[in-house]
Amino acid sequence: MKKLTRFAWPYGGWMMLFVIVPLLIVVWFAFTNGAGDFTLDNFISMKSYGKVFGRSFGLAIITTVICLVLGYPLAYIMSKLPPKKQGVFVLLTMLPMWMNFLLRTYAWLTILENTGLLNRLLGALGLPLLHIINTPAAVALGMIYNYLPFMVLPIYTALTKMDHSLIEAARDLGCSSRQVFVKVVLPLSLPGVISGITMVFVPGVSTFVISKLLGGGTSMMVGDLIDIQFLGGAYNPNLGAAISLVMMIVIFLFMGIMQRFDDEKGVK
Amino acid sequence: MKKICFVLAMLLLLALPMTGCARDYSKEITVCNWGDYIDMETVKAFEKETGIKVNYVTVQSNEELYSKMKMGGVSYDVIFPSDYMVGRMVEEGMIQKLDFANIPNFDEYIDEGLRNPEYDPQNEYSVPYAWGTVGLIYNKTMVDEPVTSWSILWDEKYKGQILMFDNSRDAIGIALKKLGYSYNTTDETQLREALDELKKQKPLVQAWVMDQVFNKMESGEAAIAPYYTGDYFLMLENNEDLEVVIPEEGSNYYVDAMCVPSTARNKEGAELFIDYMTRPENIAKNVEYISYSSPSEEARDLMDPEVADRPICYPTTEEMKQYEVYLNLPYDTRMLYNELWVELFAN
Repeated sequence: MKKLTRFAWPYGGWMMLFVIVPLLIVVWFAFTNGAGDFTLDNFISMKSYGKVFGRSFGLAIITTVICLVLGYPLAYIMSKLPPKKQGVFVLLTMLPMWMNFLLRTYAWLTILENTGLLNRLLGALGLPLLHIINTPAAVALGMIYNYLPFMVLPIYTALTKMDHSLIEAARDLGCSSRQVFVKVVLPLSLPGVISGITMVFVPGVSTFVISKLLGGGTSMMVGDLIDIQFLGGAYNPNLGAAISLVMMIVIFLFMGIMQRFDDEKGVK
Repeated sequence: MKKICFVLAMLLLLALPMTGCARDYSKEITVCNWGDYIDMETVKAFEKETGIKVNYVTVQSNEELYSKMKMGGVSYDVIFPSDYMVGRMVEEGMIQKLDFANIPNFDEYIDEGLRNPEYDPQNEYSVPYAWGTVGLIYNKTMVDEPVTSWSILWDEKYKGQILMFDNSRDAIGIALKKLGYSYNTTDETQLREALDELKKQKPLVQAWVMDQVFNKMESGEAAIAPYYTGDYFLMLENNEDLEVVIPEEGSNYYVDAMCVPSTARNKEGAELFIDYMTRPENIAKNVEYISYSSPSEEARDLMDPEVADRPICYPTTEEMKQYEVYLNLPYDTRMLYNELWVELFAN
């Protein structure tokens, strides 16, 4: 066993160099100013960005909830299909991910614009036009579209890995279909739901570019705020690092809570 | 302890290949330009003539270029910063003095008016590549009144059809001009007033964009957008209804110049490249390609007259007075710009 750990060393070195060291650099930047002196100003000045944080969390929560509402039934239906069809559906779920998400977001831009495909279609049918582009709703739509597979796949996996004899046992003992679902299927699929929520919420809250493209600059999110500190108009890597650090801590706490939730369910 | 030693050894091992072999940089240069801002034929011809391999990369904005160079990890030999960024890079020691003996074409061909500019008063650091102006582009079918002033960007009638620059200098600059102030003001009250203007304008603006302006103006998605007049001619190819004007309050003119960063690995190669791109025939090719203005009379003579004689690209000396160039702003003002810019969007 001891010998085997040696194989983990290259990865240890890798992690050291590309995870731990950069993290320390982020911390260093967050607590210093442009001249390299210790300061807490970066954190203090962040209070003026409350709305940006609020918007990010709001949109991430909406995205996660809608993804869950859409994703769970889809995953459930998929898991009930004959195995061959399941393969096709899993493939279809993953297919969009083979294309760069930036391209797919650009595609939404041409669909949703006021003179875009959707409105031309609505116009041709004599229906009222939809003004959704450059609103937070368009950003939410783009996020739901992009992150839905991350919700569907873990739930689907949890559902298919489930021990079917438990469902049969529940049936034998006189549970109705509804009771089987609520008392057996749902609790057993919770680990999948929890990893789905984590995998949608975490990238959702730090999204950028989607908000830029579909929100037209009207819905700045934390990701955009960090982006402009490094590559945009406001060059201030110290502030950018401080915001990143706060985000990391928030996400870390969130994952800790989700983990605990997961463990409790697992023990039961 | 053993573990720590091992980790350190691993780090050393990883670092070795980075220092181990010295690469010969005398036969290659890295050129960092704006996207779609050169006729690649000229780059290929340069490679063929000199045998120097060109690694060609692009960035989107002066700020991105600055950030990338400042953070390190990149090494460019030729960059194309705009005027105010040249000034800032000189101030911060990020670009080096050129050896003009290696760039004889500068003396030979570059117009008198573009020499010794305010951002490089002794003309030691930069060679103009192209220049241009900021204009107000609008769609004739959507705007039927005569457009003369920046204030049309604040007109309620065009709510949701107005685009704005997605960079602080240009956007705040427009508000400053509307108020009759200088682009280069360092006065905080004036800048705060400009921000108030932008806040007032915010509900009317469809989106803040850079290159997406092409799509949105060409498709008729938006009616009015301030943008670089050179790019107007590219849009015109796809939508004949577009028109451009220089607002009466005045506008910005800018120069994009070729410079060599202090960290360049092949300065001679870089100067060779700059000299090559300053030959009239190459200026002509590139300026025709990008539709901006030529820094050389000789090159203009070689160009397609239709491109060379666009009045808006070559204002007369009298007209030139209404243009103001961006100067490098002091540190505090730049920080204020950042603050104001984020404030505009954060709330």
